[in-house]
Amino acid sequence: MSIVANLKCVWNYRVLVQNLVGRELKARYRGTVLGFFWAFFNPFLLMTVYTVVFGFIIQPHDPAFQGSPWLYALFLFCGVLPWTWFSSTMLESANVLMINGNLIKKILFPAEILPLVTVTSNLVNFLFGLPILLAFFPLLGKPFTPYMLFLPVVILVQFVFSLGLGLLISSLTVHFRDIKDILANFLTFWFFATPIVYPLSFGTISKSGVLRTFLNLNPMTHIIGGYQSCLFYGELIHWKKLGLTFLLGLLLFWAGYTVFDRLRDSFPEEV
Amino acid sequence: MNAIQVVNVSRVYQKYSSRHRFQTFKSALVKGDLIKCIRADELVTALDGVSFDVEKGRTLGLIGENGSGKSTMLKIVAGITKPTSGWVATNGKVSALIELGAGFHPEITGRENVFINGIMLGLSKKEITAKFDEIVRFAELEEFIDAPVKTYSSGMYMRLGFSVAINVNPEILLIDEVLAVGDASFIPKCLDRIDDFRRRKKTILFVSHDLATVEKICDRVVWLKNGRVTAVGEPKRIVDAYLQDVTMKQEKAFEKKSEGTASVESGGEERRENRWGRREIEIRTVTLRSLQGQPKHVFSPDEGMIIEMDVAAPSPASDFVFGVGIFNSQGVSCYGTNTHLEDLEPVRLTGEGRVEFRIGKLNLINGTYYLDVAVHRRDGYPYDYHQNLYSFLVSSPLKDVGVARPPHEWTFSRNIKIGVPDKKQS
Repeated sequence: MSIVANLKCVWNYRVLVQNLVGRELKARYRGTVLGFFWAFFNPFLLMTVYTVVFGFIIQPHDPAFQGSPWLYALFLFCGVLPWTWFSSTMLESANVLMINGNLIKKILFPAEILPLVTVTSNLVNFLFGLPILLAFFPLLGKPFTPYMLFLPVVILVQFVFSLGLGLLISSLTVHFRDIKDILANFLTFWFFATPIVYPLSFGTISKSGVLRTFLNLNPMTHIIGGYQSCLFYGELIHWKKLGLTFLLGLLLFWAGYTVFDRLRDSFPEEV
Repeated sequence: MNAIQVVNVSRVYQKYSSRHRFQTFKSALVKGDLIKCIRADELVTALDGVSFDVEKGRTLGLIGENGSGKSTMLKIVAGITKPTSGWVATNGKVSALIELGAGFHPEITGRENVFINGIMLGLSKKEITAKFDEIVRFAELEEFIDAPVKTYSSGMYMRLGFSVAINVNPEILLIDEVLAVGDASFIPKCLDRIDDFRRRKKTILFVSHDLATVEKICDRVVWLKNGRVTAVGEPKRIVDAYLQDVTMKQEKAFEKKSEGTASVESGGEERRENRWGRREIEIRTVTLRSLQGQPKHVFSPDEGMIIEMDVAAPSPASDFVFGVGIFNSQGVSCYGTNTHLEDLEPVRLTGEGRVEFRIGKLNLINGTYYLDVAVHRRDGYPYDYHQNLYSFLVSSPLKDVGVARPPHEWTFSRNIKIGVPDKKQS
């Protein structure tokens, strides 16, 4: 199968991927006063905003939060952090082939490295944010549970899913530049269609069958749910739901890679 | 053994009409022709059935005008672009110098960029570490290697790019017009490196507009024209044939241009900034001819030229001087004279007449030249003065410098051995 051969070829370029990810991270924070600290600071600021708006002003009532806005903030952080990884990966994927058009036109190397680097460098950013998140657990009296060890599984599912979608988006955007704009708006919608600012156990959701079905059809629900389970709730991840999402991710990866491979030859002229 | 074999390669580019270009994803989905509109409706043939091969250890030059398909050919050999039909076989590691420093990231340091660029071009990290000092020394960037690349001048950028690329040490080197940007001291260094490659029996495919270099370093030359191979063979012969073709083209372009100005010249009372005088004596038309009398605009330095002026005087005149001045594109006067300076006494001019200024041999160097012609009184009062209204081109394969080329030859005493090239035909 050609995908296997392609993957082997990409494997040979692993040093390049590693270096490009390093370059991406260095370049992102070079010239800023706070440097790498931004990787921690960005999600922190975002969380502060959400905590003030949702925790203190709207004050959702759910047994899991025990009426504490701070616990709610922690719940938020568990979802917002991986979502930031996902959404910035998607937005950057849409641009990545065009930004690196010079490389594609002038140097022979497998172009799928570029979306791969996007997903990976954002993953590293996400991993930088994790210690901040974990530092809040003892502060708020939340215990560390052994279920946290399942975190890598959830990360893997999200990685495959993001990479599949990233390949699809990056290759299609070369031909349809408007995907970029559609995507920016769609991601806002997607954010609220995923249980990040509200728990799935919320009253209005558990009462409405339509809403529940809708949320369950969203693969990000299960990925974000996975983080919330093993971090916030301290319980076993939903194996079935997450497993199905993983299969969907693999399918998406296959489809995305096939489309990418089909369009590959048109990149040097179109980017 | 062939290091590069190109067999019947064609490359068709797709040209999208504006309707397609602005088609959106949404409308494509709505109309259901998502796949269809990825296909183009108009095709441009960049290469058409090109075949050639390069023996191992040889240097092949690719020449041709802009848009003749040279770069496309190089990209196909490099594997960056796929041929629409036909195939290319290469034997050995290929490195392509298509654009120097492609993929340098402006925000990170030269050092980091050397590593990433090197890896992209196929070096391992260990190899780069081993060669790092040499790369930096060759690029003459020892002091700046830890500064971000965005602070580099374009020359520094290019030097670093070349230095990395040349150190990849490939079996087959593809060079696309990359030497055009270096400064006077760096280009010879690059050419040295290329010579070094040739000595070590590496194969080179060289695309350039610098015909002198092509003649010097190539063993064979392929001339591409409109995507087809027009001629293959010994460098001098092909370069000369190509130059002749270019001259013919320039001639045509000049004719078109002068047709445009001709209407202005004869336009009666119309005053142009670079034509003045009351026209008591008028220069009606000016024609440049070869010594054989053909109208011409592109000359070889060894050729002669006739400047022909048709003049007319409505009323008889007895005080008149004809003058001619030749200027190069920098506005430097290369030669100027008039009948008064040469002690030709005016006697009488009535009605229409013709003045011919005959130059036996131009002896000018490469370039565009502008012509002033004038008729005026001995005291300088202009009747009709045309400044810079006419131009011609001198095209020569030699790259000598200066204002003019005095007739000259070199001789050497016996104990100086020096190679004499075959006499250039022009």
